[in-house]
Amino acid sequence: MTDVLVCVKRVPSSAGKVTLTEDGQGVDGRTTGFTVSAHEECAVELAVQVAAATGGSATVLSLGTPDAVEQLRNALGVGCTAAVLVDGEPSSYGPADVAREIAAVVEAHEAEGRAYGLILLGNDAADSGDFQVGIRVAYALGRPVVNGVSKVTVADDEVTAQGSGPDGPETFRLPLPAVATILEGGVEPRYPTVPGRMKAKKVVIEERPPVADPAGSRRIKMFLPPPTPSNVVVLGEGPAAAGAVVDLFEKLGVSK
Amino acid sequence: MAEVPATAKCVVIGAGIVGNGLVWHLARLGWRDIVQLDKGPLPNPGGSTGHASNFIFPVDHSREITDITADSMRQYKEMGVFTESGGIEVARTEERMEELRRRMSSAKAWGIDSKLITPDEIQELVPFCETDQLIGGFYTPSVGVVDSLRAGTIMREKAQELGALTVVPNVEVIGLDTTEEGGRRRITKVRTDKGDIEAEYVLIACGVWSPKIGDMAGVRIPLYPAVHQMISVGPCPQLAEKEGEISFPIVRDMDTLCYERQHGADMEVGSYAHRAILWEPEDIPSIEASRLSPTELPFTEDDFDTQLEQAFELMPELLGAEGAEIRYAINGLLSLTVDGSQILGESEVAGLWVAAAVWIKEGPGIARAVAEWMVEGQSEIDVSHSDIARFHPHQREREHVHARTSEAFIKTYGIVHPAEQYESRRGLRTTPMYDAQAAAGAVFYETVGWERPWWYESNAGLVEKYGDAVMPREAEWDSRWWSPIINAEHLAMRENGGVIDLSAFQIFDITGPGALDSVQYTCVAQCNVPVGKVIYTPVLNAAGGFVSDLTVMRLGEDHFRVVTGGAHGMVDNKWFSDRLADGAELTDITNDLLTIGLWGPRARDVLGALTDADVSDAGFGFLSCREINVKGVSAPVLASRISYVGDLGWELYVPTAAAAELWDVLLAEGAASGVVPVGIGVYGTTGRIEKGYRAFAAELDAERSIIEAGMARPKVKLADFEGKAAYLAQREAEPETVLCTLTVDDHTSASGVKRYMLGGEPILTTDGGLLTDGHGHHPYVTSAGSAPSLGKHILLAYLPPAEAVLGNKLAVSYMEELYPVTVESIDATPLLDPANERLR
Repeated sequence: MTDVLVCVKRVPSSAGKVTLTEDGQGVDGRTTGFTVSAHEECAVELAVQVAAATGGSATVLSLGTPDAVEQLRNALGVGCTAAVLVDGEPSSYGPADVAREIAAVVEAHEAEGRAYGLILLGNDAADSGDFQVGIRVAYALGRPVVNGVSKVTVADDEVTAQGSGPDGPETFRLPLPAVATILEGGVEPRYPTVPGRMKAKKVVIEERPPVADPAGSRRIKMFLPPPTPSNVVVLGEGPAAAGAVVDLFEKLGVSK
Repeated sequence: MAEVPATAKCVVIGAGIVGNGLVWHLARLGWRDIVQLDKGPLPNPGGSTGHASNFIFPVDHSREITDITADSMRQYKEMGVFTESGGIEVARTEERMEELRRRMSSAKAWGIDSKLITPDEIQELVPFCETDQLIGGFYTPSVGVVDSLRAGTIMREKAQELGALTVVPNVEVIGLDTTEEGGRRRITKVRTDKGDIEAEYVLIACGVWSPKIGDMAGVRIPLYPAVHQMISVGPCPQLAEKEGEISFPIVRDMDTLCYERQHGADMEVGSYAHRAILWEPEDIPSIEASRLSPTELPFTEDDFDTQLEQAFELMPELLGAEGAEIRYAINGLLSLTVDGSQILGESEVAGLWVAAAVWIKEGPGIARAVAEWMVEGQSEIDVSHSDIARFHPHQREREHVHARTSEAFIKTYGIVHPAEQYESRRGLRTTPMYDAQAAAGAVFYETVGWERPWWYESNAGLVEKYGDAVMPREAEWDSRWWSPIINAEHLAMRENGGVIDLSAFQIFDITGPGALDSVQYTCVAQCNVPVGKVIYTPVLNAAGGFVSDLTVMRLGEDHFRVVTGGAHGMVDNKWFSDRLADGAELTDITNDLLTIGLWGPRARDVLGALTDADVSDAGFGFLSCREINVKGVSAPVLASRISYVGDLGWELYVPTAAAAELWDVLLAEGAASGVVPVGIGVYGTTGRIEKGYRAFAAELDAERSIIEAGMARPKVKLADFEGKAAYLAQREAEPETVLCTLTVDDHTSASGVKRYMLGGEPILTTDGGLLTDGHGHHPYVTSAGSAPSLGKHILLAYLPPAEAVLGNKLAVSYMEELYPVTVESIDATPLLDPANERLR
């Protein structure tokens, strides 16, 4: 039985054109909505799978404003059964701050008799892309960590993590308790079901204040890179374009 | 990429269901050189059409909407994009069940096959629907779904095949140029990011973006983009095993304000139950900045929680099926307006037309109507209630539109009483009499911003005085937004007299050397009358249908004053403005003058005591008008001897600043003779219906003729007028339908409660058989109301000529019960005082 803690961050959906908020502190998600990164969606899916396979539970955690409850409930809707919100403005928390807060929750829960055998995080956050929080959490807790894997399974107090390395598929085995950061691509995240969503709504979310003020490096301001010039080549219009399309397919090797 | 043509006869902006329908119908009617633009790509440029749920329930309480919907369904079927599925509106409460019975009235009135079904029958049709919570349903087999994107493509291509249309997608309109021409602006050019187009006509069919485009020409299009939430759950095995897009009837769960509509293997759940979420047209994201499309905004889950539970409760097996996930969820944008009607017609900028706030079920029908209107001057189906000209200035204000659409959103599936009042944005137009009226316990209803007393609680004592003659109503629905005081005021007016606030009248003067020609050409009645005469006249379109009916006073050789109802007043203003002869000028003086009516047997005594003017019949004849002085009133009063309630009296036009004085002296002088303040409940319904007076938008509209309305005069004036040729032809032909007055013979329902019809109910044979007139329409009650002086409840209805026989026994269906009625008048002959002696 493995209880899993999975950590997510509320970020604006970046499917459309990115627009910054006026103060440059974030991305304006009003018209695109908010989500968690694709890595974290996969981490949630893996957490739910591990919990189901071992008869354990999956708890979701986020450091964010009360708006992040939306993301916590989404995770609850796909199979997590408990949720923790560390109430803080994420833009003022650097990776060291976030890792400290996660570790504090893990220790506090352990003291209450709720120990997590496995902690999953996304490989990196979609907005800040620090690549640090997972390792820092592991360091703070003194646990082994594997980064950038896309599948995890748990058996016999050991987690097996798989990913792809420069020389091909890689497999790691770590003793529990352990930390893993997840890259998307290994599992297909599920959508919530109607009963799942209804259940999620009823879960009482544990709200905790941060244990310390932000001390690590933090964001000053965001800016957009200059637009990349379009490299779209118009092959033609209507049936007249068919020949050019066939040529291109042959060049790409998708047709003979 | 195609650049835009430099010139066009007509530029249609928008390639949603409306724009696509319009290019086809304009081409079909003979227009060429049409250019259609859209900012987005084809076939789905990203507007509301692209995410519509695309289902059509044909029955609406409004006849016009039902006719437009039927026409749309016919067009969708012709294009092969309609799939019949059937549809059920289900009831969880007895109150809703009563509303479904009312739905049955509308279905029968419009001739649509529907029936009430039991919970077991619902389950038979929709096996996965839990029916424990349901009382019954309203089933319409002809409900169906359409492919509105495919329909749009077909219509565009048909216009292109005629060589009439150039389509340019991915082009953004950045400006609309106008020029001043004879005191009115005219559209000249559409500016786009790919070049400018000079155009004779421009049509804005941009859905939720219409206000933004309208602003480019200074035209306010008062609609608001509002969120309609929708989720799609699947794959559901119960649905996946079926062929095609839809195999089960659509369920409208009316009491939870939600629908469940199968779409392939998924079940779509849509909601009108959440808080009103409105968007500013300027805030709608661009195509690039959108995650899905500009009108498919991020789903706000919290707003949907209750609906999700209710939907699950209704279909647990289906929505909770193994593997069924919420795969799609949006806050979809659609358009709402202040009064629920579309926004159609030519704007105040000549040549700049609008067709907006149109839903999928109405799209092709509205497109045909607007195209006919543009090309031929009028449409076969009357859409004048949607005329963009109808809006009064306050109705175009953002704040007003925001408040009213917020209030109306939750009523989308609501049970809305025909007389229901808005709560927001009240008190916008009050008169100087308001405080006195409020002190008299006036119950105010709103008409185009005006607060109008409907009855006065201070007259409650009259209810006792007249006893059962006030025809009290037992059933809550029949007496909602109604009071027996109305009928008591009516009897008091008939016995002594009443003073009525008519401030909502729209008043405009037509002056100058061209004034006579202007009114003469616009009105059916002879307007070349002596100065001081009052004319009541129909106004017709070229096809001989009613555009309005109103009164005209000749105040001078070159000075005519037109008085019409406020609801339609702005449309009338535009109609006259568009037809001014050279040398004529129109000035709207609605806000300068208020009108107070004084009618009843004691009216002459009251007015006579207050003025030196001769108000005797010889000195002040019927249908004449003159300025008089009234004691205690600091400005001259224009008195017009005319009556819409059938009693002796005057309409008194008084400068706004002096209106309260006039109100007070009339009531003070009349008090001793039993003259009381009387509300619009009498003026608009009981008074006029006893006299068989017709009301515009009820009995009279563009689909009716003077002949059918029984309003033909012996002669037609020599002078030419709009609609004359059509009217002369109508006079030679046998009418296809005849407006009749009927009375209800017995009001007792099966439960013993007496029921009183409110209007809109079908007239059937005594055994419930359907009647059909020469137009293929089925008779329905156009107006209903108490006739307290007759002790009867009167219904007006157009009947097939063969049924328009005095004494003919028929039936009216009300809440699914038949009540016997008798035809009492087959022309304009009033049931009360047929010789009009009371008017003398």
